[in-house]
Parts: sequence; structure tokens; C-alpha cells
Amino acid sequence: MKTPAVTVAWLVARRDLRLAFRKPSQLIQPLMFFMIVATLFPLTLTPELSRLRDAAPGVLWVGALLSSLLALEFLFREDAQDGTLEQFALSGQSLTWMLFAKTCTHWLLTGVPLALAGPVVAGMLGVPRPALGGVLAALALGSFALSLIGAISAGLTLGARRGGVLLSLLTLPLAVPVLVFGADATQRAILGDGIASPMYMLGAIAVFGITFAPLAAAAAVRIGLE
Amino acid sequence: MNWVWFHRFGSPPWVYGFAQRWTPWFGGIAVIAMLVALYGGLVLAPADYQQKDAFRMMYVHAPSATMSLMIYTTMAVAAAVGLIWRIKVAHAAAAACAPIGAWFTVATLGTGMLWGKPMWGTYWEWDPRLTSELVLLFLYFGYMALRAAIDDPQKADKASAMLAIVGAVNVPIIHYSVVWWNGLHQENSKKLGSDADMAWSMVWPLLLMLLAFGLYFGAVFLVRLRAELLRRERNASWIREVLT
Repeated sequence: MKTPAVTVAWLVARRDLRLAFRKPSQLIQPLMFFMIVATLFPLTLTPELSRLRDAAPGVLWVGALLSSLLALEFLFREDAQDGTLEQFALSGQSLTWMLFAKTCTHWLLTGVPLALAGPVVAGMLGVPRPALGGVLAALALGSFALSLIGAISAGLTLGARRGGVLLSLLTLPLAVPVLVFGADATQRAILGDGIASPMYMLGAIAVFGITFAPLAAAAAVRIGLE
Repeated sequence: MNWVWFHRFGSPPWVYGFAQRWTPWFGGIAVIAMLVALYGGLVLAPADYQQKDAFRMMYVHAPSATMSLMIYTTMAVAAAVGLIWRIKVAHAAAAACAPIGAWFTVATLGTGMLWGKPMWGTYWEWDPRLTSELVLLFLYFGYMALRAAIDDPQKADKASAMLAIVGAVNVPIIHYSVVWWNGLHQENSKKLGSDADMAWSMVWPLLLMLLAFGLYFGAVFLVRLRAELLRRERNASWIREVLT
């Protein structure tokens, strides 16, 4: 019997949320990593807020990208190891929808906290208060695009021996557009300009990702499971 | 229309023989064309009135850049063919493309840097073309690393094929995002070979060199493809017939 795809997606999302809240350390680790990376910059670059403000978009986005890479490790690996993904693939339901639900949940659990931490870190780097809304919006949208891209490479590395570094090597080049437009939006927010145009581009990447990334991820997971 | 001739490309022994027969032709014509084009580019073509002799770097740089992108496309198409129609030879072809494409990308970056030193006064400039070429190199590296990290050859074929396709979709997006990013920071973008009204004496060596590089790629590709087929089909009986 075929359950409607949206129902399946909802069930998968609920399962992932429940599992995540039983093991909160996995959620907190990438966030801690992000905060620590951001703290290292004043120590290595300069403690002057005026100069840190110039570096803030780069610090925020490189930190966000690295911590989202760290979080990607948790996206499929455990479910692949205990056979859950195999059951998903064999269930006869749409694997694309299931992985889309997993990716969205992953973003809710890692991307959204990251975006919420963004303004705090930005404030520590001397970013003025009116810009913080823009920082939050850009990080929220950008991290969603990063999760979608990351789902493909996480699927591809399922069959590989050493996942970690390889996952970064595959994801980083594909993440360049998100980084460019995200950092640009942040830069504009800091300067007090309108952030609409880079946000449109980030939105376009996210829509493109929603359309194709789950399909590609499902194909990649099937290959990895063979 | 008889399509049997096309199906032969799915058969490893036939492709092996085909590659063996055609390699000298590709290689031979490539060497001749390369020598003629070099003579035309380095001796016959006049020096550029702005860039002087430094523009001659273009005769290696521009064809390398074209090849680096063309080989990526070839690799992605071969990978897609292998993934969709499950043709072993197509996967072998995609695997054979990657290192050659990576080397052409390195050649593009290297000659671009050598050209940049006298022209821009620096080896490295965060020019959109150089930057997207560098990202292309990382895409090649990722492809080869993924292939190397998966033990099961069939799984490696399929996973790296997916990556090649995803990368091919992303190459234009990356390129335009980098162009757009650079437009924010840099006043004028310096372009190489953007003048449409180049003298014919400067143009023909470039076109001939492009042809030579294409043929050279063909020759190296066929050699690598044979090596790839030998490795993959090492337990097949046709190998013994071919090698004795």
C-alpha cells in the first residue's frame, strides 16, 4: 500500500526530531564549534572591533560552512550503519521525499540554531545592531541551501571508507555560490544597504536545491546502499 | 538506419582495439599541428601592441582553458551514459578523463599566473576566471578522491558519476556567482583575448593549437582508456587474446 508522500515525509521528520532530542549532544557540538571558530578570529586577527567588523562576513560564513560540514556527518551515517536507510529504500515509499524530510529536519536542528547564534557572534565581532536581522536572515536561508547541497555529498560518501575529509572536499566547491551570496548579503547588512538582491540569489539556489538535491541525494544513497 | 556500429562502443574488446588503432593517428596529427601552431604563434604572429610578446602565452593558455572545461563536460556526459544505460566502457571513459582534465586545469592556472606576472604585476589575482578555474580544479580533485575512496569498483563508478553530473550542473552557477562576486570588488575585469578584431595571423595559430590540444587529449585519453579497460577486465578471456 502506498502512503501519500507528504505523510511519509512527516513521519520521517517526526522520527528524526524525536531521535535528535534524545541525543542533544549532536545538536550542540556544531554550534559550539561555530562559536569557538568565531572566537579564534579576535585572538588571531585583532581585538579591534572596527577591523573585526570588516572581517565579520567572512568569519561568519566560513564558520557556518565548517560547522555545517561537521553536522553533515550526522545526516545519514548513523541511519546507514544501523540499516534504517536500507529499510527506507526498500519500503516502496518515495526515498526522495524521505530524504527531503531528513534534510529539512537536519536544517531545523542545525541550520536554524546556527542562524540564531549568528547575530550573537556578529555582535561580538562589532557588527551594529540594525544589521543583525540581515545576518540572521542570510544565515537561515544560506544554511538551508548548504544542507541541501550537503545531502548529495553525504549520500555519495556513504560507500566510502573515510567519510570526513572527503565529505568536505566534495561539498566545498559546490558551496561556493552560497558562500559568495551569503557573505555579500551580510556585508550589505553591515554597511546598511538593502540585502534583497543577494537574498534573491540565495533563495534561487535554495529553490533549485529543493527541486533537484533530494532526487540526486536519493540516487546517491541508493548507490551507496547497493 | 542501422545502429549496430554504435553498440560496438559498449564492448570492451572492440573499444580496446579501436583505441589501439586510433592512438597513433590522434597523437601524430596532434604533434604536427602543435609544431605548426607553435611556429605560427611564436614566430609568424606579430607582437601585440599592448602586451608585447607576453600575449603569446595565450597560445597555450586559451586552448588549455577550453580543454579543461570540455573534458569536464565529456567526463560528465560519459558518466551520465554509464549511469543511465549501465555501460561499463562509459564509466571507464569517465575515469580516464579526470586526470587529463585536472592537468589541463593546472596548465591553465600555471600559464595564467605566468602571464599575470608581467601583465598585472602579480602571479595571483582573484580574477573571476582564475577563481572559477581553481574551483574547477577542486571539482576534479573531489571526483578523483571519491573514486579512490570507494573500494567496490562498480559503486565507485556510480557514485563518482553522480558527482560528475552534480558538478556539471554547478559549474555555470559557480562561474557566474564568482563573476558577480568579483564585480563587487574590482573596477574593471581584465580579459585575455577578448578583442574581437584580432589579426588573422594571430588567430589561426590559436585555432590550430586548439585543434592540436583536442587531438592530443584524444590520444592520451585513448591510452588511458586502454589502461583502464585492462585493469577492469583483467579476468576476462579477451585480454589474453589481445596481449598474445
